[in-house]
Amino acid sequence: MLRLPQFTLERPTTIEEAIQLVADANGRGRFLAGGTDLIPNLKHEFIEADVVVALGGIEALRGIEVTAEGGLSIGPLTSLVDIAESADVQRIAPALAQAVGTIAGPQHRQMGTIGGNVMLDTRCQWINQSHFWRSSLGFCLKKDGSACHVVEGGKRCVAAASNDSAPALATLAATLDFQKAPTEYGNGKRTLAFDELFKADGAWNKKVSADELLTRIHIPATPVGHKGGYAKLRMRGSIDFPLLGVAARLDVDGEGVIEHADIVVIALQARPLRVRKASALLVGAKLGAASYDDALAAVMVAAYEQCHPLPNIPGDHEWRQEMVPIYVKRALAAAIA
Amino acid sequence: MGARDQHGTGAPWGDEFRAVGKSLRKIEGLSKATGEAVYADDIMLPGMLHAKLLRSPHAHARIVSIDTSKALALEGVHAIITGADLPICYGVIPWTKDENALAVDKVRFIGDEVAAVAAIDEDTANAAVRLIEVEYEVLHSYFDPNESLVRHEPAIHPGNKHGNISKRVELEFGDLESAFASADVVMEEDFVFHGSTHAAIEPHCAVARASADGLVTLWSSTQITHYVQREVSRVLGLPQSRLRVIQPTLGGAFGGKSDPFSLEFVVAKLALITGRPVKMLWTREEVFYAHRGRHPMQMRYKTGIKKDGHLTGVEATITIDGGSYSSFGLVTTYYSGQLLTGPYDFPNYRFDSTRVFTNKPPCGPKRGHGSVQPRFAFEIQLDELSEAIGMDPIEVRRVNDIGENTKTVNGQRVTSNGFGRCLDEVERASEWKTRRGKLPLGTGLGVAGSMYISGTNYPIYPNDMPQAGIQLKVDRSGLVTAFTGGNDIGQGSSSVVRTILCEELGLDPLDVRVVAADTDLCPVDLGAYSSRVTFMVGNATIDACRKLRKQIVEAVAAKWEVDAKRVYLGSGEVFDTEQRETKITTREAFEIAEAFHDTLGSTGAYNTPTLGGDYRGGSIGASPAYSFTAHVVEVDVDVETGMIDLKNVWVAHDCGRALNPMLVAGQMEGSAYMGIVEAVFEDHKVNRFGLHSGPSLLDYPLATALDTPELHALIVESIDPEGPYGAKEAGEGPLHPALPALSNAIYDAVGIRLRELPFTPGRVLTALRAKAALDKETKGASC
Repeated sequence: MLRLPQFTLERPTTIEEAIQLVADANGRGRFLAGGTDLIPNLKHEFIEADVVVALGGIEALRGIEVTAEGGLSIGPLTSLVDIAESADVQRIAPALAQAVGTIAGPQHRQMGTIGGNVMLDTRCQWINQSHFWRSSLGFCLKKDGSACHVVEGGKRCVAAASNDSAPALATLAATLDFQKAPTEYGNGKRTLAFDELFKADGAWNKKVSADELLTRIHIPATPVGHKGGYAKLRMRGSIDFPLLGVAARLDVDGEGVIEHADIVVIALQARPLRVRKASALLVGAKLGAASYDDALAAVMVAAYEQCHPLPNIPGDHEWRQEMVPIYVKRALAAAIA
Repeated sequence: MGARDQHGTGAPWGDEFRAVGKSLRKIEGLSKATGEAVYADDIMLPGMLHAKLLRSPHAHARIVSIDTSKALALEGVHAIITGADLPICYGVIPWTKDENALAVDKVRFIGDEVAAVAAIDEDTANAAVRLIEVEYEVLHSYFDPNESLVRHEPAIHPGNKHGNISKRVELEFGDLESAFASADVVMEEDFVFHGSTHAAIEPHCAVARASADGLVTLWSSTQITHYVQREVSRVLGLPQSRLRVIQPTLGGAFGGKSDPFSLEFVVAKLALITGRPVKMLWTREEVFYAHRGRHPMQMRYKTGIKKDGHLTGVEATITIDGGSYSSFGLVTTYYSGQLLTGPYDFPNYRFDSTRVFTNKPPCGPKRGHGSVQPRFAFEIQLDELSEAIGMDPIEVRRVNDIGENTKTVNGQRVTSNGFGRCLDEVERASEWKTRRGKLPLGTGLGVAGSMYISGTNYPIYPNDMPQAGIQLKVDRSGLVTAFTGGNDIGQGSSSVVRTILCEELGLDPLDVRVVAADTDLCPVDLGAYSSRVTFMVGNATIDACRKLRKQIVEAVAAKWEVDAKRVYLGSGEVFDTEQRETKITTREAFEIAEAFHDTLGSTGAYNTPTLGGDYRGGSIGASPAYSFTAHVVEVDVDVETGMIDLKNVWVAHDCGRALNPMLVAGQMEGSAYMGIVEAVFEDHKVNRFGLHSGPSLLDYPLATALDTPELHALIVESIDPEGPYGAKEAGEGPLHPALPALSNAIYDAVGIRLRELPFTPGRVLTALRAKAALDKETKGASC
């Protein structure tokens, strides 16, 4: 078995203690939720930590609540299985329930948390490997090296965002509360729209730093005619990270006419990709009518043209691109079903 | 074959079997389920050190220098060894010893072992490994076997006579020219078999201890204790009698624990140097580097058939990618040709197989050693030939069934043969006649057949001693203990031994112990490979039981003052057949026998008869009995994605007699699973740097329960004249047809012929597109 490097394990019971412990570690501290991503990454030594702050004892980080407005307020430490099986999430945010239900395998969903999946590190076939493996290539851009093995001569890491929950949360216009240790400049709290979280750098694809703790996920109320779906491309029926993930949102009026549409794709590059040109084609089409079929055909073409999978994660990237329109279609079908 | 090796096929002591044929629980089943079983990594000894390896980051390089001084200076480091400490080459085949426990002068693939550290704990050993400084001179690397065929400088093994050619075998039987001339249809096509590995759940682990008087004990997760003892003692310069090798409970092997491995030599050497016990446990990544998995093969097959379905001849040209060392490669090269000559009768055959070295993890034996790849190619071609002559593919296989008590074109003796019944079974169970060719687009059925060995009379190193030996100890307690060198690797060999003891001596299973795979305690047995264990160890066990039984019956008869023929022993009690009230328990009979003979015991052995064709290599693949298999696979192909959904596999397998139907069915299901998963999910390969493309069970995916088809085990019992009670193998044969039957099912489903593995969705889509283009063209032309 690969050895887990040594670190100090802290087990605070409040958010304030947790963020202070990470702040005190001077960049060498990490939050630990379910551990299904962090622990293998520590073993692979592309994440290093002197202090690991386990969040399991912080009750304030748990729970799924329906807000007065009819939206959701989700504690990031809520397990993936609890999200996937929550009747409230299934009703208000069906794409999220579907997406989370496809994450990894049953044991991982028991341990893994929604906050952990939101904050999941990027993945690449050249980084998610042991220290020995990476050292025999002279490492890579993401950690310890200067070359990219995906894009020859590439200067920016293109490791892929691989969190199934991300495209679903993007279509749901979620917002995220973060908190870090207060300083003389502020109380350390901020709220980001989900779309603002990510940046196009696989080395660290978040606009928050590692000492900022995700403390709450807010999902605004969805209208009566809201439909959401998720389609995941993977070789096996379980365990695997997405080779492609597509979340689709359709808000329809009482006549079945689409008023708002959104499609977001994951597992391409460092950030989720909103295929706006494609989803815009759906607005005005009517479910079950010829106008929808026509729109769907155009959406598939537009999505194909906008998505360019790279040989960053395993699997034939040309085939993955061919699967874009198929999985857009399947995500929409899952939303309508 | 002496009379001692033939024991009849019926129930030994009455009309019916008492233990044979019953689905008795595996001997180690509960201990594995409860966690009580002790695997190599569970062994903890006082003062034990942990060892780690430094591995090569280069695919092919000369070692200029190694500096271990910084590593040795690290606190907690006890010893460091390099190739200079273990300079003697080893290898399981006597003529191709080309491996060193630690690299001497050269490294040959990324992951090759260079140095080893023993330290107080794993972390210290790992830290020390990173402090070892090695200077390399990088050499040209070979990743393409076709390059190794023609380029020999630099040679991967400079001492090798044939440059980068590891082994070439050319054999011809009959007259191919007239064979093809007389055929109505001749097809010639190329097939590609990718590599795959075993992925046993338990990673390799070894622990060694050296006593003060120089006796070494080595616990290792090996499937062949005897070969480990031979090679480790030789490399360490120890007499074999002073090296005790023990195989603890094993978590799967599938051929991947057949070779002696670096870690066994290293822990033994480090234990001798440090005077402390030393353990080495490999990571999953290291297991992928150790590999010895299925060889990639590029195969060209040319086969002729007559309109009546009879095959006229087969010609094969095969390039085998061996990776960096020989391992069992000599045998692989022979097997790639020698094992194709059943279950079909073709009068003319030629094969030309060449194994080459490349700078990749070494290939070796994996379940269905050397014959799964040719079977893949041939059974697809047979399907195509069936179509060409307009005959049902099952019918073509029937027409060519070689039958029983015959000889193959390459001189192998075939005795029992249930292949025809296997075809009947899969045809019936899959509803072939009403469904094949009539299912909706995307769904299809495919068939394939195969034949495999139940051990071979080629004992790796030539010798006249028994291939299987067993010893029984019995005393007044009523307990019978069997000491067998046979390795139980989860396939159930110790359970087979117990079943036979219960049958022969009328014992309750709990009154039998089996001590296996401990070279100090057990007679030599050649171990778990070539599907030899049930056949050979089974026969040896019957032999020992009958000798023991004779002693007991003789003593009881003397006591009762009756003829020995009147004494019945077999159902848990012993009685006088002519005076049934004269009755004692088996335990009491043991007491009488112990008093009569003094301390009791017996030995049993098995050796194969002289078999095989009268030519060089004619004994390789010659088996005392062959098993036969047929599969029908049902598949759904998603024409949008190219993804394959495995629905059903009907597995009919002729295992002779099923000594334990539950274990036989388990082997059949496990084999079919392993084969079909190789086709769809697995690809053991290196990337453009020569580095393993993803040495983990995430990047090298195996089917989960969700991806596994329904597996239907259909046991066919042909009752072999020489097998124990008629039994033959069941552990490897049932794998073979899975891959070609899947390809044939895909053809039935969507009309594409996949001749290159693995069947990735991208490949399926490409083939579908090519077919659509061709269909359009043909349609256009006919208009």
